[in-house]
Formats: sequence, structure tokens, C-alpha cells
Amino acid sequence: MSSNTPVLEMRNVDKSFGPIDVLHDISLKVNEGEVLCLLGDNGAGKSTLIKTLSGVHQPTRGEMLMDGKPVSFNRPKDAQDMGIATVHQFGGTYPLMSVGRNFFAGAEPTKGFGPFRIFDRQKANKIAVEQVQKFGITRITDGDRLVGGLSGGERQSLAIARAVYFGARVLILDEPTAALGVKQAAHVLRIVNEAKRRGLAVIFITHQVMHAMAVGDHFAVLIRGAIAADFRKGDKSREEIADLMAGGESMADLEASIGV
Amino acid sequence: MADPDTTETTSKDGFSLLSLFRRPEAGAAAGFILIFVFFSYFGWEKNFLTPLGSSTWLNFASKVGIIAIPVGFLMIAGELDISVGAMIPAGGIVLAMSVGLYEMNIWVGVIISLAICAGFGFINGMLVTRTNVPSLIVTLATLFVIAGLNAYVSKQLAGTTQHSLADVGVVSEFIMGDYHSLILGDGDSKFTIFRSLQSSFFIWLIFAIVCGYILHVSPWGNWIFAMGGDQESARNAGIPTNRLKIALFMLSAMAAGLVGMTEAVLANTASTTTQFGMIFNSIICVVVGGVLLTGGFGTVTGTVFGTLTFGIVFQGINFTTFDKDLNMLFIGVLLLVAVLMNDSFRNWATSASTSKKK
Ligand SMILES: Nc1ncnc2c1ncn2[C@@H]1O[C@H](COP(=O)(O)OP(=O)(O)O)[C@@H](O)[C@H]1O
Ligand SMILES: [Mg+2]
Repeated sequence: MSSNTPVLEMRNVDKSFGPIDVLHDISLKVNEGEVLCLLGDNGAGKSTLIKTLSGVHQPTRGEMLMDGKPVSFNRPKDAQDMGIATVHQFGGTYPLMSVGRNFFAGAEPTKGFGPFRIFDRQKANKIAVEQVQKFGITRITDGDRLVGGLSGGERQSLAIARAVYFGARVLILDEPTAALGVKQAAHVLRIVNEAKRRGLAVIFITHQVMHAMAVGDHFAVLIRGAIAADFRKGDKSREEIADLMAGGESMADLEASIGV
Repeated sequence: MADPDTTETTSKDGFSLLSLFRRPEAGAAAGFILIFVFFSYFGWEKNFLTPLGSSTWLNFASKVGIIAIPVGFLMIAGELDISVGAMIPAGGIVLAMSVGLYEMNIWVGVIISLAICAGFGFINGMLVTRTNVPSLIVTLATLFVIAGLNAYVSKQLAGTTQHSLADVGVVSEFIMGDYHSLILGDGDSKFTIFRSLQSSFFIWLIFAIVCGYILHVSPWGNWIFAMGGDQESARNAGIPTNRLKIALFMLSAMAAGLVGMTEAVLANTASTTTQFGMIFNSIICVVVGGVLLTGGFGTVTGTVFGTLTFGIVFQGINFTTFDKDLNMLFIGVLLLVAVLMNDSFRNWATSASTSKKK
């Protein structure tokens, strides 16, 4: 596999719900070991875009390619089986279950035979703690601990560590830092960097330009369902990106219009 | 970065609380012990603590208990099943008619009865998973549908709503509905282990062990918890949430049918009367046992303790000098205390421990 082939690519994808056109002519690619930041205002179509990538929606037109080969996902499971893991805000964790049980929900390690296969708690706890620690969450040392007692950032990190452990190649994060404080957000960003270092392709959705700048290699700005800008790190300044996200109006115009 | 000394304190002072709170069955067990001691004291004169006295509430508890465990599973999974009130008589009358009217072997009757209940459970499960109607409403509707069918079909086939079921063989009586005693030695040295416990008590015991295994030891238990914790995530993690939910509705329906059958075999009669009381009773046992109404958490041991507590309060009042009418009041208070305890447990467990840092 050539390293130039994008892991996941969208070519001229349109998506409409009945008469409502939400995405127009989207072309995007993301490579191994690269973070693609998807920026855009509320209602721009970011969630629709990643739902299309993760098999929740099917494109109305256009094609999707994985490792250069056309693919189509009829169900989220199809995308997952190809190694596309989507983590929603707080999604993928169950507050009243232990760290170990959370980590392996749906893929429990067992010991024993046939109907007497039992959930291997020790193994689950050991691996779960090891994996989240590898992502720098050193505060989790007890696999029996309930996830509800962890911070938002830690829960997000647990979900990401889980996706990576189960062989994800593409990690899609829908606003993982949206409701987090500065420290917690930094936590999640560190984990995004760690996933990238391990060679995953990451699609990172955010509102916050700062968060995007901290981890992004490649940026795409979505405005009313179309790609308004597509550029690499260093091509644009923070102000320019903020302006783009504000819908093309410059920050100065905005400030003028509200009479600052 | 978490600095080492705050990490220390969190894990240290969290520990004493943790070991206590992490197991809400400990709360249910403590409640049971409290109630047990209370009634042992006030019921001493009237033989509450004797083997025969204990059997009174254990027999009562066993019937609610068999239903409470799968109802607890459903509650953990985020659902309710109140159609059990009509499933109990359905189980009994199908068995009675199979044996009495159609002269089938009792075990064939048991299988037919279980199959019919499973069918109703399947319908409950399908309706809940295919529509987005809350299970409370779905099973409320099927409660009445089944109750209506019980009476109508009974009258059409047998011309009565009261079926008799003659004794049908020693083995089946022994397993399904009889009184059991275990007395060691005889004469002056005789010692009673238990006396006049009904078959349903032993069925409950075995059922609790099997269900405890399913929920806490087998990997399926994890699926039930995950489904109740966050259904969307559970589905995304590849857990077959719909099939699992349907299976749970089938389990609760069959358990209720089984209780109806044990009652029919024991009493040699089966009636179509809907057991509305058992709907509330089973839910009370589950909640007193520490299962969260909001789903995602609970234990079989807790449910068993909750059922025992409920059984004592419901029946134990007869052994005391208190007015019998007070048992409802006792149960109401018990339920309130349990709900408040469960709620504070949830708040404690889901509040981020990092808040201590600041
Ligand atoms: N299933 C749907 N049916 C109809 N319209 C939809 C659907 N999903 C999203 N939309 C519309 O698409 C637009 C983009 O939504 P979304 O992708 O959620 O934006 P974002 O995540 O960028 O805030 C919104 O106007 C929304 O109303
Ligand atoms: Mg969105």
C-alpha cells in the first residue's frame, strides 16, 4: 500500500434528505498519521458529513474510497468492520459500569468453554487500564472503578483508547472537546496527537479554532454544506480561519455590526 | 497532568466509601437484616422465627422473586414489564386446560404453557423494539389484551374461568407444587432445617443462581448493562440490542407463567383472575433490591434481598401485634427509602471524582 493513497476519501459527495440538500459536492481525503480538522458553524453539515463517513447515512451522489478502492456502507457496522470508529461526545461509555466492562462492552474477553464461558474480569481490567495508561491517563489505575466517576475528558479518552485498541484505522471525533474545560480539552487533544503518532487517520470536528490549530495537519471549512476552504497547516493564520468559520464574514465586520 | 498527591488522596479517601457504596446489594442486604431483626423481635411471641413461621413469608417471597429477577433485568436494560400480571394466570390456565381438558402429560402442558408465554413476551419485545412506544405503555396494553384472552379463551374452550387441575403424579407435584420439609434425626434430638417450603421456593433459588450467573459472570450480563447505560453506544459496539431486549421480555413472560403453573399445581386449581398486585410487588422488590429505575445498574443478589425484605414486611406483620393494615404503610416507606438510597448512589457514582481536586 502506497503511503500516498489516502486511507479514506470522499469524491464529489452530495447528500440530501428528500428535498433538503445538506451536503454539496464534498471532496475530502485523510491520510495515515494525519489529523483532518473539520470546521464549520452550527448547521453547516459537519455531523451529516461524518454520519455519511461512518455509515449512518448513504451519500445521494458521489463515491467514497478506502485505500483507493470504492466502498459503500449500508450500516454503521459496515464502516466499523472496515476500521472506521466514530466517537461522539460522551458516547461509547456507560457511567455505571466499571472501566474494564466499559472497555470491552460488546467484545468481552471470556474464559472457559461453551455455555460456561465467563467474562474474564481480570483480563478485561488489566488490558483496559494498560491501554488508557498508554494514552497518558495515569489517573486510572483500578479497572473496577465506575466510569461515571471519571472526568469528561477521561471518559472521552477511554472511548478513543477503546477504538484504537479494537483496530480502528480511521478515528472520527465529533466535537470531543465541546463541553470540556481547558485542562480536560488539553487531555483529549494530547490523545488525538497520540493516535496520530500511532498512524491513525483522524477526522476531528470542532468549533474551537484553538483546538484545531493544536492538532490539525489539514483543515477543511464547511459552510452551508459545501467546502469553503481546504488548506494545510501553516497556510492560513488563526484570524483567517476564525473568519472563515464565521461564514466568510471577517471578524472585523462582525465586530462592526454588533457595535463593539 | 494530575499531580501525584491529589491522586493519592482521591484513591485513599474514596476507598472506604467505595467498598461500601460500590455494592448496592450491600444496601439491600443491610435493609433486609434490619427488617429481619425488627420482625424477629416483634414477632417472637407468634413464632415468626420458627421454620414454619419463616416458610410463610419465604413461600410468599418466592413467587414474587421468580418474577422480580427478570423484571429487574428489564429495568437494568431500561424497560418495564407490567404484563406479568396477566401472564401469571395465563401460565396456570394453559397448564390446567392442557392437562384437564386435553388430557396431556403435565410436562407437555408445561412446555406448551411456557411456549405461549414466550410468544407473548416475544410480541412485547417486538412492539417495544420496532415502535418507539415506551415499554410501560406497550405492556400495559398487552396486560389487558392477555387478561381478556385468558377469560375469553377459557370460557370458549372450557366453559369456565375456574379450572381444576387434579394431582398428576408424584414427581411433577414434587417439582412444581408441593410442600417440602427437611427434618434431621427424630424424637428429642430432631432438628428442623426447613418445614413446609413450597416447590416455588426451590425454583426461585435455582433461578436466582442461574440468573446471577447470566448477569454477573457471563458476557451477556455486560450487554444488558451496556444496553441500559447507553443504548445507542451499545448498538454501535455491536451488541444486538433488539434481540437481547426481546429475549428479556420472553424471559419475564416465561417466569410469570411458571409462577402461575406452580400455583396451579399446588392449589389444584387455576383461575383467570389477573394478578394486578404482583405487578407492583415485583417492581417494589426490584427497586428495594437496588436496581436503578433509570437503568444501567443492578444486581441479582440485591433483588433477592429486596424480595426477602418485601416478603417479611408483607407477611411478617401477621406475626406482630401491629395492625395488619400497616403493612402497606411499611412498604410505602420502604420503597421511598430505597428509591432515595438508589438515587444518591447514582449521583455519587456519576459525579466526577475530579471535582475534589478544585
Ligand atoms: N436527517 C435529516 N433530515 C433532514 N435534515 C437534516 C437531517 N440531518 C441534518 N439535517 C439538516 O442538515 C443541516 C446540517 O446539520 P448538521 O450536519 O447536524 O450540522 P452541524 O453538525 O455542522 O451542526 C441542518 O440544517 C439540519 O437541519
Ligand atoms: Mg453537529
